[in-house]
Amino acid sequence: MARKEYAFYPGCSSQKGASASNYLVSVESMCKTLDIKMTEIPDWNCCGASISYAEAGELPRHVMNARNFALAETNLPGQDIVATCAACWLGARESKERLEHSSGLMADTQTALKEAGLAIKVIPEVRHMVEVLIEDLGYDELKKPVKKPLQGMKFAGYVGCQTNRPFGIAGESFENPMYLDKLIETVGGEAVKYDQKVTCCGGALAFSEPEKAQGQIKDIIEAAYDGGAEMIVTPCPLCQANVEVYQGQINKRYGTKFDIPVLYYSQLMTLAYGGSAKDAGLNGNVVRARKLEEFAGK
Amino acid sequence: MADTKTAAYICKGCEIDKRVDVSALVKTATKSGKMNLVREHDFLCSAEGVAMIQNDIDNEGVTHAAICACSRRAKTEAFNFPTIAMSRGNLREGVIWIRPDTEDARETTQEMAEDYVRMACAEVKAMQVPPGNQKTGTVKTLLVVGGGMSGMTSALEASKAGYKVVLVEKTGALGGWAGKLYRRVPTREPFKAPEDNGVADMVARIEADSNIKVYLNATIAKTDGAPGRFKVEIAIESGGIAQEDIGAIVQATGFSLYDANKLPEFGYGKTPNVVDQAGLEALAREAAAAGKPICRPFDGQPVKSVVFVQCAGQRDASGTHLQYCSGFCCNTSIKQAMYFKDANPDIDTVVLFTDLRTPGNGEDFYRAAQNKGVIFSKGVVSSVTPSGNACAVKFKDLILNEDTEAQADLVVLATGMVPNSGPDLDQLSEANRQAEGGDEAAKEQVVQLMSKSVLNLTYRQGPDMPQFKHGFNDSHFICFPYETRRTAIYTAGPVRRPMDILQAQEDATGAAMKAIQALENAGLGKAAHPRAGDLSFPTVRLEGCTQCKRCTVECPFGAIDEDEKRFPLFNESRCRRCGTCMGACPVRVISFENYSVNTVGSQIKAVDVPDEFSEKPRILILACENDAYPALDMAGMNRHEYDPYVRVIPIRCLGSVNTIWITDALNGGYDGVMLMGCKHGEEYQCHFVKGSELGRYRLSKVGDTLKGMNLETERVMDLEVAITDIATLPQKINDYAALIKSFPPSPFKGF
Amino acid sequence: MSDLNQEMAERYKNNFLKEIEEQAEMGEWVKMCMQCGLCSGSCPTNFHSGWDHPPQEIFMLIRAGKREEVLNSEGMYMCTSCYNCYVRCPRKVPVTHVMHGIAEYAYRIGRAPKAQPTLHLSKTFWSNATKYGRVNEVQLTQSLYFKDGVGAGIKKGLEMKDVALGLVKAGRLNPLEALGMGHKCKDIKGIHAMLAKAEELEARNKAAKGKE
Ligand code: SF4
Ligand code: SF4
Ligand code: SF4
Ligand code: SF4
Ligand code: SF4
Ligand code: SF4
Repeated sequence: MARKEYAFYPGCSSQKGASASNYLVSVESMCKTLDIKMTEIPDWNCCGASISYAEAGELPRHVMNARNFALAETNLPGQDIVATCAACWLGARESKERLEHSSGLMADTQTALKEAGLAIKVIPEVRHMVEVLIEDLGYDELKKPVKKPLQGMKFAGYVGCQTNRPFGIAGESFENPMYLDKLIETVGGEAVKYDQKVTCCGGALAFSEPEKAQGQIKDIIEAAYDGGAEMIVTPCPLCQANVEVYQGQINKRYGTKFDIPVLYYSQLMTLAYGGSAKDAGLNGNVVRARKLEEFAGK
Repeated sequence: MADTKTAAYICKGCEIDKRVDVSALVKTATKSGKMNLVREHDFLCSAEGVAMIQNDIDNEGVTHAAICACSRRAKTEAFNFPTIAMSRGNLREGVIWIRPDTEDARETTQEMAEDYVRMACAEVKAMQVPPGNQKTGTVKTLLVVGGGMSGMTSALEASKAGYKVVLVEKTGALGGWAGKLYRRVPTREPFKAPEDNGVADMVARIEADSNIKVYLNATIAKTDGAPGRFKVEIAIESGGIAQEDIGAIVQATGFSLYDANKLPEFGYGKTPNVVDQAGLEALAREAAAAGKPICRPFDGQPVKSVVFVQCAGQRDASGTHLQYCSGFCCNTSIKQAMYFKDANPDIDTVVLFTDLRTPGNGEDFYRAAQNKGVIFSKGVVSSVTPSGNACAVKFKDLILNEDTEAQADLVVLATGMVPNSGPDLDQLSEANRQAEGGDEAAKEQVVQLMSKSVLNLTYRQGPDMPQFKHGFNDSHFICFPYETRRTAIYTAGPVRRPMDILQAQEDATGAAMKAIQALENAGLGKAAHPRAGDLSFPTVRLEGCTQCKRCTVECPFGAIDEDEKRFPLFNESRCRRCGTCMGACPVRVISFENYSVNTVGSQIKAVDVPDEFSEKPRILILACENDAYPALDMAGMNRHEYDPYVRVIPIRCLGSVNTIWITDALNGGYDGVMLMGCKHGEEYQCHFVKGSELGRYRLSKVGDTLKGMNLETERVMDLEVAITDIATLPQKINDYAALIKSFPPSPFKGF
Repeated sequence: MSDLNQEMAERYKNNFLKEIEEQAEMGEWVKMCMQCGLCSGSCPTNFHSGWDHPPQEIFMLIRAGKREEVLNSEGMYMCTSCYNCYVRCPRKVPVTHVMHGIAEYAYRIGRAPKAQPTLHLSKTFWSNATKYGRVNEVQLTQSLYFKDGVGAGIKKGLEMKDVALGLVKAGRLNPLEALGMGHKCKDIKGIHAMLAKAEELEARNKAAKGKE
């Protein structure tokens, strides 16, 4: 038996071949080292994400999440649901709160679930991967397996919005959360100080209103450079993608020369735990993290 | 005093003996201090040490003791010998704690300690045991002027504490402003709905209270005497006069609403559909009595829409209307809006505000109103005009940044509080001055101003309480909110500063307690705050008095009248022992048993001033005992070091500084004099209100003296010190010492 | 669609605040705003053009009964769901959700601005997600690019070519998804039945409001 077991909710973007698939790869490696067993919720569906607000309406959104709750509860009884994507976590957790607070909403949800042959008894806890690492294991435990500390490397811990607000990691402030910096330090890296740690990356607006979102992304990257960072680290797939993939366009638009790798915390941990570049999914980074690739090869 | 026997006690505890040579201090006390008896002790404040002193008092006949140990602010319970005169030499906080423990510093530290021993010896020899004020009055009855919420509360609380109360109310009924309210702002959880105004209940309790005597339709015709023995004449309903003996007074005369007629732009007076908050209360009561909804005065139709205009004639920067926020009117509007919403949720209820200020638990109340559907809009109203049966309200929406208009059946103006505080004393004395010169208009004005008098005090300083900002009766608002400048007369409620009912009741309770304290102290011949318990009082050698009137004019507390021969007449029970009169007297005939020109002067002279070749300057610091001296003590506790050439003497107040001390010091070869006192002016922090201001005014003339002595004017420095300046004060002392060292030594050394 | 708009306008007469309270998700919070402006000051999109009304203003407009201005506003669609306003609001107004709720309502009654890109994304995302139960990122992207027609789509596609190619090379975009061969749930039928029921219940609930 693994030391911890969870019902895994990867979400759409972390599936194989999807925009955050390298996140998934590195999480798998990391969990293996930490002896955490993640069992995918069978036949899980999309969480609805924040962006679907306009079309979906209230009940359908909650029903989508409720289906996942019911599936987890039935197939993986007693296990907390763990999401790696910030938006999934937020959406699911919000649905959990709303359903638990409104008997009317819950009743309607059960009626809808019945159509798919499902029902909810008790909604499992809905947690983010980072919460699990910090709360269930703790920094000390995370440090133990470190074989190759990321000595001398400077990272800007970019927390962004949705792992930080509105729920956040217990005990952290919304304005200056420290957990990501601590994770960076846990694996031997240096967390630089910069002032855009919790600035929004533009979220879905990067897709629909690129001019507006890219302005924000530019501010974030600029601040990271100013803080002396060589790389950016984030816990959120949307942050990762937005900050990474538009660098070329931003360079065109603003005449900047951005070329900064944007990684997941799980990639750093995998490498520090002695994993290979492939284990860490470094091949999935659009802006190649050459320094880390070299480091992994050593 | 017959047999004087002096003694000095030198403590070795708290590491004093490790830092200074105590045997040398004993020698100093004996030789230069000339004490009859000198003892050292390992631990003076211990039971054993105290017993030793007590034994000397009882069996050796010691009458004067110089205790050279820690600060006079420490160990006051241990060193409590009421039958003798006592001084304290501050060797701990004043010497060893502010000096580095190094070999280099040892010599100057020792010199400092020896000076403080000499000073303590000199001081105590100049002191006498205060016998206490003999002219006491022991009346224990409280007079409460004003029968509103504040006044009723004061009366009930004083009665609860076992005191008799005379309650005087100008109108025919108790209740004041609260009595006019349909409902009041909630005082209890969950703060969501208006509640009963509570007046009937209080009136019933007062009527049932045998301690409280109520005069309705009555005013104060005359207040004579002093704390503990006021003679008050009350003009009563029948037209006659009732006499009451009173110990202390609470003035709770409340407020009037700012006159809405001064706001024609808001349509007041142009249509009956514009009312002030009192007007709305009246409409609500009428409606409730008739069992009908609140109706539009214009045509008696039920109100379907109402707009509240906040800050009407308030917070006005232009100077035309009230400049301040009355603090209660936002909550009142919220409450009044609920009158409508609770009766009928369909009534459009809009509150137009720039800032909504909801003190106390008003935030919950505000949310409750939002929940009930009251609409709050940020907007500035420019005009209200009659429009058909209703009104048109023009305003600028501050969020949407546009000019817009709303229709309303009724408009309520939140005008503010104007205190019922009696005439402005400065204005009155100016009018009096001109009237004496025969100015007819001024005579008129005097009559008119006097007609507003509330207390009709016979004090030389005027018939009423002095006013502070915006005409409110003053208090020492920063540190001691209840204190006033008239001993044993306290103001409470909105006459003191704008406040709501709940605050006023709390205020009134506090004022009643302070008044009780004051009358008790007066009965014992003791001072009131801030020298509560002090038994000394100012005495004057009238044969030396030149009738210059400085003392009568300057006394911040109106304690000094004039007798028939125009000599100063001290009312000891009104006096707070600030010493301002003593500092003011040009011929130095005023003194206290335990504080006089001599107690300080002899300390100044006791300091050993090295000659000009020693490179050891001497700097005198006269430090206010209320703020500066404690700050210095605390600097010591925090081991902030300062210059070893300063010698600090605590004084009661900057106001008590007689310029002779400064000239004596300079003549005696001191190189500089630094004065430390509290902030003065509008935001004063002086415990005696005007003391530091008067002192500073006096000191401003010292420059000429310095020039006359051919000295740099910077040699006398006036420093504003607050009790919190613990860390910065030592630096300021050091800077000043550096400046003094940059001057040549005083030419007066050795004379 | 616009019939629904008219029906609602009539049902709530002049009381737009009440309309929002009853019809928009979390709309009951609008009245609790105390106009401090913290939300607007915290909003990242506040700094960019195209932002006609930040949250504080939207709420104020609702309270002032400015129905047209609110329903036509682009403001709600500018929200990136960053939750800055949400955590900072001293009144604990769930600003983000209220903004979403109003947006959804405007859309529901057919009053949302036409060709609003974020709204389009929202719609597309939802239909994409519910079609197979999971998001098909390629189809999602395509349908977004082509929302203004084929020509514009190709142009946009070309602009974004580098971005897409980067993702494909990194193994993070699967071109096969374009053919509907990507991720899907097994029980698609169950999901569709479930959603149909939810939509039915939601419509019933909203319709019951404001009628007494
Ligand atoms: S506290 Fe004062 S009296 Fe007591 S031992 Fe210390 S210095 Fe002496
Ligand atoms: S309490 Fe409100 S209405 Fe009254 S003055 Fe202050 S801000 Fe204005
Ligand atoms: S000036 Fe001060 S000490 Fe002198 S009589 Fe007045 S209150 Fe008393
Ligand atoms: S100040 Fe001195 S001299 Fe002047 S009136 Fe008073 S007691 Fe007399
Ligand atoms: S932060 Fe909250 S209270 Fe302030 S304006 Fe925004 S919604 Fe209103
Ligand atoms: S959640 Fe939306 S409205 Fe709120 S601050 Fe972020 S972008 Fe602005």
